[in-house]
Parts: sequence; C-alpha cells; structure tokens
Amino acid sequence: MFAFIIRRILQAILVMLVISLVGFSIKNSIGDPVRDLVGERVTPKERAAMAEKLGLNDPFSTQYVRFLKNALHGDLGTSFIYRKPALEVILKHAPATIELVLGSALIIVIFSLPLGMYTALKPRSLFSRFVMGFSTLGVSVPVFLTAIGFIYLFAVTWHVLPSYGRGETVDLFGNGYWQTGFLTIDGLKHLILPCISLASIMMPLFIRLIRSEMMEVLETEYIKYARAKGLSPMRIWFVHAFKNTLLPVVTVFGIQIGIMFAFTILTETVFQWQGMGFMFLDAVQRADISLLIAYLVVVGSVFVIVNTVVDVMYGFINPTVRVAGTK
Amino acid sequence: MSHLLEVRDLEVKFALRFGDITAIDGASFKLDRGEKLGLVGESGAGKSVTGFSIINLISKPGYISKGKVLFEGKEISSYSDEQMRKIRGNSISMIFQDPMMTLNPVFTIGFQMVETIQAHRNISKAGAEKIALEKLKKVHIPSPEQRLSQYPHELSGGMRQRIIIAVSLLTDPAIIIADEPTTALDVTIQAEIMDLLQELCASDNMALILITHDLGVVSQVTEKIAVMYAGKIIEYGPTDQVVTYPVHPYTEGLIKSIPGNVVNPGEDLVQIPGMMPTLTNIPPGCAFNPRCYLRQAVCTKTTPELKDVGNSVMAACHMRYKGDGRTNQ
Repeated sequence: MFAFIIRRILQAILVMLVISLVGFSIKNSIGDPVRDLVGERVTPKERAAMAEKLGLNDPFSTQYVRFLKNALHGDLGTSFIYRKPALEVILKHAPATIELVLGSALIIVIFSLPLGMYTALKPRSLFSRFVMGFSTLGVSVPVFLTAIGFIYLFAVTWHVLPSYGRGETVDLFGNGYWQTGFLTIDGLKHLILPCISLASIMMPLFIRLIRSEMMEVLETEYIKYARAKGLSPMRIWFVHAFKNTLLPVVTVFGIQIGIMFAFTILTETVFQWQGMGFMFLDAVQRADISLLIAYLVVVGSVFVIVNTVVDVMYGFINPTVRVAGTK
Repeated sequence: MSHLLEVRDLEVKFALRFGDITAIDGASFKLDRGEKLGLVGESGAGKSVTGFSIINLISKPGYISKGKVLFEGKEISSYSDEQMRKIRGNSISMIFQDPMMTLNPVFTIGFQMVETIQAHRNISKAGAEKIALEKLKKVHIPSPEQRLSQYPHELSGGMRQRIIIAVSLLTDPAIIIADEPTTALDVTIQAEIMDLLQELCASDNMALILITHDLGVVSQVTEKIAVMYAGKIIEYGPTDQVVTYPVHPYTEGLIKSIPGNVVNPGEDLVQIPGMMPTLTNIPPGCAFNPRCYLRQAVCTKTTPELKDVGNSVMAACHMRYKGDGRTNQ
C-alpha cells in the first residue's frame, strides 16, 4: 500500500510539472510584464534595461526554472488588478468556491446513491421511470438556465431564498482568510440555490452511472452465488453489490469534483458568488495574465490532489489494486 | 419412506417477447441420502436450469410452470423466496461452474464464509470462523488460517474451487448441487476436485447432484445418471447399467464419442451427426429424430414417453421399447 501511495504521488508531481510548463509557456508568449509594470510611457531603452533586469532575456529553460523555484516558494507572480501576490488573491477567493463545491458534492452523494440504487433494483417502477426521465432533463438544461429559473422561483416569486452573494459569513481561523458560510443560518440559506444549480449537471450523470454499474453487478455470478448461499436481499444489495458498484463511481467522482472546481464560473457569475470562478472572469476581462496563470496552476493542483486522494481511497476499497501496488 | 429429494414432472419456461419457450419439459428424478446423481447432456440441454430450479434460483425470465420439487417430503417449489432462503446454502448448497467468477472479489474469504454461516445459524463471528477453518481443513487447503484473510484474486482457480466447496459444506447440507464444478479447471485439478467431492459425500453422507457434460466423470463418481436432451430426460437409471448398456441412441452416441472408449488408436472417433436443436426449434415427435440412425416414421410424429425398459433403466425411445434393445452392443 505504501509503495502504491508513493507511486501515485510521483505521478501527481509529474502532472504538476506539465501543468506549470504549459502555464509558463502561455505567460512567456502572450504577456508583456514590462508593460504590466510601467505602462506605455517609458522609452524603449529603459524598457530593454528593465527586461534585462527582470531576466526576460534569459533562455526559456532558465526562466522556467526560476518560475518553478518561485512557485515552490509560493510566489506565482503579482496580480496587477489587485496589486497583491496572485496566490494570495486566489487563496482569498478559494474558500467561497470550496464551500460551493463541497455543498454540491454533498447534495450529489446524498441523492444520487439512493436514487441510482433504487432505479437499478426496481427499473420498472413508476418512480424509477420518473427519475430517469427527470435526469435526462437535468443533464440537458444548462447550469445558467437552471440557476436563473431557481432565482425566479425561490427569490423573486416566493421570496424564500436569497438570490445573490454569500450572506453572513464567519471568519473561520481568525486571520481573515477563510470566511465560511456554513456556520450561519443566513450563510447556509445563501448556499442552497448555488449548490443545487451546480449539482444539477453532475447529479443525473451520477444517478445514471450508479444505476448502470449496479445493474451490471447484479448480473454477475458472485451475486447469483450470494443468493444461492441464502443471503438476504438487503445484504446482497447493500453489502455485496454496493461495494462493487462503488469502485468505478469513486474514480469518476474524483474527476468530476476537480471539474466542478474549474467550472463553478457559470454558477458564480449568476449568483454573484465571490469565488475563484468570479475572480477568473474578472482577470480575463482585464487581461491580468499573472493572475490567470496562477489560477491555472492552482486549479491544476487541486485537480491533481483530489484525484490522487481518490486513487488512494480506491486502493483501500479495491483489494486487487493494493496487491498490484506492493509488487 | 419419502425420498430426500424428489423432482416430479418439472417444467421450466422462459417468458420471452415472442412467447414462452420450454427449457425443461417434464423432468422427474429422485435422490436419497448419500446418493450421487449425474445430470448429463450437451450445452443447452437444460441440465443447469434443472439444477437451479431445485433451489428456485432460475435467472429471469425463467420460471417453474409445472411440476413439483419435494425436499424431505415438503413441497419446496411452492415456497416463498423468504422460506426458500432458509434452504438455499443451508440444506441444499450449490457449487458453481467458474470459481474465478463465483467469489465476490472485494471481500476476504473469511468474510464470505462467516456471512454464510451467520445467514443460517445464530453464532458469533469467532464461532463462525472456527467452523470455516474446520471446513477449510476438510477440503485440504494448505495453511487455512492464512486463507481467511486473503482475497479471492490471491488464490488459484483450483484453490478457489476448494474454497467454494468448503463454503458449501459450512452448514452441513444434505445435498450439494455441483454445476460443472471442474469445467473451468485444469485436467489434473479436475481429478483432485472430483476425488474431494466423492470423499466428502462418503464421509458426511451427503447427496450430490453432479451436472456435467463429461460422461467419463459421471461414470466414475455417480450411482445414478439422467441424460438430458433438448430439455427432456431421455434416459435415467443406474450409472453402471446406462454406461455399459445404453438404451437411447443419443446416450449410445455420447458414450461412443468418448476417446478410448470404443475406438482403437488411429481410428476416427464416432460422432453424432448434426446438432442439438435450439429450444425454439424442436422438431415434432422425438427431439433426437433428425440425428438418429434408428429413425422410423413414428419418431417424427409422436413424442416417446420415458418408460421402464428393464434393469431399473427408463428410456424414451420408440425403437427400444419392445424386445431387447440392448443387443446392438
């Protein structure tokens, strides 16, 4: 198991190197750091001197190594809109996005597991048909439409839930970094609509995935054997079939959580949610290259970390993976 | 005295879109305590379905449409699933064909053995593990303590089949139904597994239903044999008698096609011409008639009944009812 974890971490580092290389190449070719710093009113001679001083004339590899060194020290460049280190800007916006994604993930797990299993066990029941039909609908309606529909119904028509912002937040660690909405009623109320909107795309996918995996597992010989051993249906479904169903679902879940981080942009825009996606759009509109690259690297690492954790978890659930790792 | 197991005129149908097809058409046989019965036939003859229908575990859309299964005098074919569960894996155990697919890959051997005992006995985990260990020893598994914490993929096919046999022994069943238990294994291991089954039946006075297409195995292991063809039992009787003096031309063909049985080295093996009909396409009269060398007009018109042909053998063949059919040997 230890060797397996080490190997997964090495793979993760390799992926991070590739992401940073791509990020740096973009920065190197489209940005002009001198203009970012001093604007247009400087003579070409002074510009050249400045570029030399900043090391912009060094070979690509030297610059890349410098970029990596700085990145390892937590320096991903300076955002020129905020006039602050890019990483700090991102970290300030991260908690909002993390809470949004966590809330959605929770909704997805709570609903898709029972619904997916029910539709697999009773595929002909009226409720199953309704769930399957509804999930097709959910998958085909884009997030912003769902979100706007929710706002119209719950905020505008019925006045039961707020339509934008994070509401009342609490400073979690007392250092001003993590403003959480999970601890106040108002904060939770503000979370409901954005989380459901974000979950609405992934949930049908998971219901369908769990359903098809479960149906496949129910057809296997070992399930038939479990019945021949005289086990109760409950035990066959929730112990024997459940664990085997979960294996592929866990992997997909890891990838989807990563994707959700990167694609909160739409949801955050509709709900004026001050997270990373909102910040990203701002950075694109104002061409803040440093912040964009930093965002790319941070989201990339979140993706890689989440997937590594999921793979290690998968190793714990699936005994065959564990053996392959210890060889 | 009633028999341990009695299958009476069993009919199994599969409900398909274009109507029901009959997979088993009026099978009857009896089994006493400690007795070993071989169910023989080609793939698709209905032998596995017969085995599964005893514990009412036919895959959907199959169902028992007629007939009875009596176990210890009780009609278990009319039991609810809940009642049936108390018999499955308890008084009647099954051994499946492919040991690689039978055990759940994500649970340890110990887990899968303990849950089987606990499904039928009110017993602690430690107590169940003790029984599991005892049964693993009984099937001659090396270092049984270690096996309990191992996963199925860590063991070879032969080892897994031994474990499945150990699982089937956990509740000291009266009958074991073994559905082609050696088909997926090496020839050397096949013999070991069959020896083991025989040894266990003798020591625990268990009855065995051995489902196989291998007449050679059946003739070595069982006392009684039922030959199936296209969903029907076409010959049924003591194994020695049937194997030495087959009555039905199909049984005769099967025995002749075993290498080294009838043919001398260098000669071609005897084949039965043609193929078994699919269940949707069974010819009128005797299902075997298109392939039969004894065929007469009557064979294509009326279906032969399973009748006593002497020496405790029953056979379903128009040509062999009268006179002494066995002189052809």
